[in-house]
Order: sequence, then structure tokens, then C-alpha cells
Amino acid sequence: MEQAFFLLFASIAVASACGVVLLKNPVHSAVSLMACFIQIAALYILLHSPFLAAVQLFVYVGAIMVLFIFVIMMLEIRQATLERFLPGSKYIALVFSVVLGSAMLWLLFSSPLLSQIPPPTPSASQGSVSELGQALFTQYLLPFEVVSIVLLVALVGAIFMTHKGDG
Amino acid sequence: MELMIAAAVIMVKVILITVILFIVPVPLTWLERKIAGHIQQRMGPMRVGWHGLLQPVADGLKLLTKEDNIPDQSDRVLFKIAPFVALVPPFMVFVAVPFGDDVSIFGYETPLYLSDMNVGLLYILAVAGLEIYGVIFGGWASNSKYALLGSLRTCAQLISYEIPMGFAVIGVVMLSQSMNLSDIVDAQEPLWFIVYQPLGFFVFFIAGLAEAQRIPFDLAEAEGDLGAGYHTEYSGMRFSFFMISEYLVMLTISVLCVLLFFGGWHGVLIPLPAPIWFALKVGFFIYLFMWFRFTFPRYRYDQLMSIGWKVLVPLSILNILITGIFVY
Repeated sequence: MEQAFFLLFASIAVASACGVVLLKNPVHSAVSLMACFIQIAALYILLHSPFLAAVQLFVYVGAIMVLFIFVIMMLEIRQATLERFLPGSKYIALVFSVVLGSAMLWLLFSSPLLSQIPPPTPSASQGSVSELGQALFTQYLLPFEVVSIVLLVALVGAIFMTHKGDG
Repeated sequence: MELMIAAAVIMVKVILITVILFIVPVPLTWLERKIAGHIQQRMGPMRVGWHGLLQPVADGLKLLTKEDNIPDQSDRVLFKIAPFVALVPPFMVFVAVPFGDDVSIFGYETPLYLSDMNVGLLYILAVAGLEIYGVIFGGWASNSKYALLGSLRTCAQLISYEIPMGFAVIGVVMLSQSMNLSDIVDAQEPLWFIVYQPLGFFVFFIAGLAEAQRIPFDLAEAEGDLGAGYHTEYSGMRFSFFMISEYLVMLTISVLCVLLFFGGWHGVLIPLPAPIWFALKVGFFIYLFMWFRFTFPRYRYDQLMSIGWKVLVPLSILNILITGIFVY
């Protein structure tokens, strides 16, 4: 049962990820990226972490994708669909992607980690929110604070850049 | 056998909720026009049926028989699916909404919700945020200035007001120590959270008005300057899907207000069955939304943004601070 659902979600995720790259219209690409994110949220639920799934929907699908589409909508789409995606020859791109792909595959299969994946340990509590909060504020306090400062800096930077003109 | 019964019960609940959600907007449109009429000292719809009760049916038939017009040069695929994209999130929200305590039907004990997830509140906020896609696709795919401007305004508005809405809810989560909606309602059995969280409710309700795109925040479909916003180009059934989803979003906000701040299905004084208390409270909030619509003027766009970012966000953060001090 679980495996059937996994195969369903995973195949839709891969198909829509291909759509992101292959579709010509940028808005259609964005739509299939959204579909891909939703499938990944579904996979998180299969992995017994509903919190992560909700956050995935909230942050990626609900906020980041909306901003993507927001920006894309402002562009001149008609022109973009007529233009060729890559200037120059296709073959150079093909060579590069084959080299990159084979390097990644070689790394993956030569890695000793692949053959010794630890068996999954079923957690009793299915990752409750309070446990996550406890872990963030005790065990991982420093990384958590560093991430918040990085986000704050990004926020200030964004506001500064939008006001660059009028000093 | 046990499994069969469990599956059958879930199926029945799914069908029941879906049917109710599809039907609810019908009386709501009638109610809205009646309330509008009486506030403006006229009768509202009177012709079809007793006091216009069958007016929504007539409207529905009219919308069904209308031509499904697709503008030239529009993005046909997105234009066609946008109303459905808008319709799905309000239905998904009600998966996590509890309507009452456990009840037993024919000796079979069953809870009055579809799924009692431990992150129910977060799930509802996340899924409600997906509502925005119907608006974006509808506005962009129409290939019309008015629709695009309307959908840009709506997007900016929805994104801005999602933040104070999420923050306002944190106070409730701190008090009840849970994100599970049944736990939140149970924590309010002695005293409703509106008493502890007046500021939180204030922020949540105003942000909810903006999320549901009701007056005074219905900038997206400001008839005077934008035609009708993102669904300007829609007609017939597709238009009615947008309308249904707008009414359902209003219903969602009312349900959340009741669950988070007004004790859910716990009644006061008069002992009524839990779902009836729940429906009464939700009905009150829906009435409040409609009352607002015919009482207040519309804000300007820059006012809308400054209210969201400069008033509601700081207030909701203040609310978290105050709650934190009182809880510990």
C-alpha cells in the first residue's frame, strides 16, 4: 500500500520535474515545479513527518513559488516562448550534461555509503512539534540562531536594495 | 470487517462534507443579498419563491446555461483549470476541521472529523495559502489588463496578510500547548481564548477579512476601478466556481475564528448538541462578514499595505510577547 503510494507520488514528482525543464512557457514550468513540490510534501507524509509536509506546503508552495510566478508574470512571456532556450549549439550543452551526469553517477556508485544504508528506525512519536522545538532550542541552539541572523541580514539587504535609488 | 466499516465511515464522512460544502454557498448568496437589501432599506430578492428563497437556484440555472467564454489569446489550459485550482484548497482545509466530540451512530463510535493530525493548525494555514494559485492563474491566463492587475493586487494582499494571520495564531498555540485543533478546542472548555487573546483575535479577524477579500479589503475586485478583478473574463460555470470558492474561504475563516478563539463546539448556558452550537457560532461570524461588507467603505491600496505591514504585523508580535510573559 505504502509502496504503491510512494511510486505514484515519486513518478508524478519526476514527471513534473522534467516538465519544469522541458516546457517552453515559463509560467507552465513554474506550475509543474509547484506540482513537484506538492508531491514532495506527500512523500514527507509517507515518511511520517506531517510537520515537515505542512512546512513544505507553507514555505515552498505557498510563499516561494508564488513569488516566482509573481515575477514571471511581469515578463514578456510571448517573446520568451519564441526565443530559443540556449543560444549557440545544442551539442556543447549535450556534452556538458553527459560529463556532469556521469560524474555524479560515478560518485554515487563509488560511495561506500550506498551499500550501508542503516535500516530505518521507527520513531515512537512521529515527530511532534514540541519535540522539534525542544531540539531546536537546546541541542541545535547555535545553528538555529545563526540561521535566524542570516535571514535577518537577507531581509535588511532586500529592503536596502529596494531603496537604493532615493538614498 | 472492522477495516471495511472504518473505510465506509470515512467514505460517508468525505461525501457528507463535500456535499455540504457545495451546498452551503447557495443559501449564503441569498443571505448576503437579503442582508444587503435590509441594510440599505430595501427588500432584496423577492420574486422567486417565498421572500426570494429560490433566487440562488435561478441564479445557478442562469450561470449553468451561459456560454463558457474563453478570450482569444488567452492561455487556454491555465484559463480552464484556474477555477478548479481555486476550488480545491477550501475543500482540503475541511479535512482537518473537527466539528464536535465523538458521537456514536448505530452503536459505532466515530469522531466528527476526517483526520486529526497533530499539526492540524499548520496544515490549515498552509493549505489555505494555496488559494492564491487560482487567483494568479485566473488573472494571468485571461490576458486582460484588468484581470492581471486584479490578480497582482490579490497576490500582494494575500501574501502580506498571511503573515499577521500566522503570527496571531501563535498565541493560541502557546496557551493550548498544541497544534491539534481538537486539543485547542478542549483547552477552551473552562474559558474561551477570546478572553486571554483579544489582541490575537483582533489581528486574526482583520487578516481574515483580507484573506477572504471581503470589504473593507476587497481591493482585488474593486468594481469601480478594475472591472471585477481576476475573474473579469470568466463567465458561466467557471465564474460560479470562483464564487463558490470565495464563499468557502469566508466559511473557513469563520470556522477558524470559532475553533481558535470562541470555544469551538462548547456551548454556553443552553445545552444544545455540539455541531449545532458550532454551526450557530460560525453563522454569527458569516453574518458579521456580510454586515461589514455593507457598512464600511473600501480602503485604498497603499492603506491596505500599510495596515498589513505597519500595524497588524507589529501588533501580532506584541501579542506573542504578552502571551509569553503571561504563560511563563
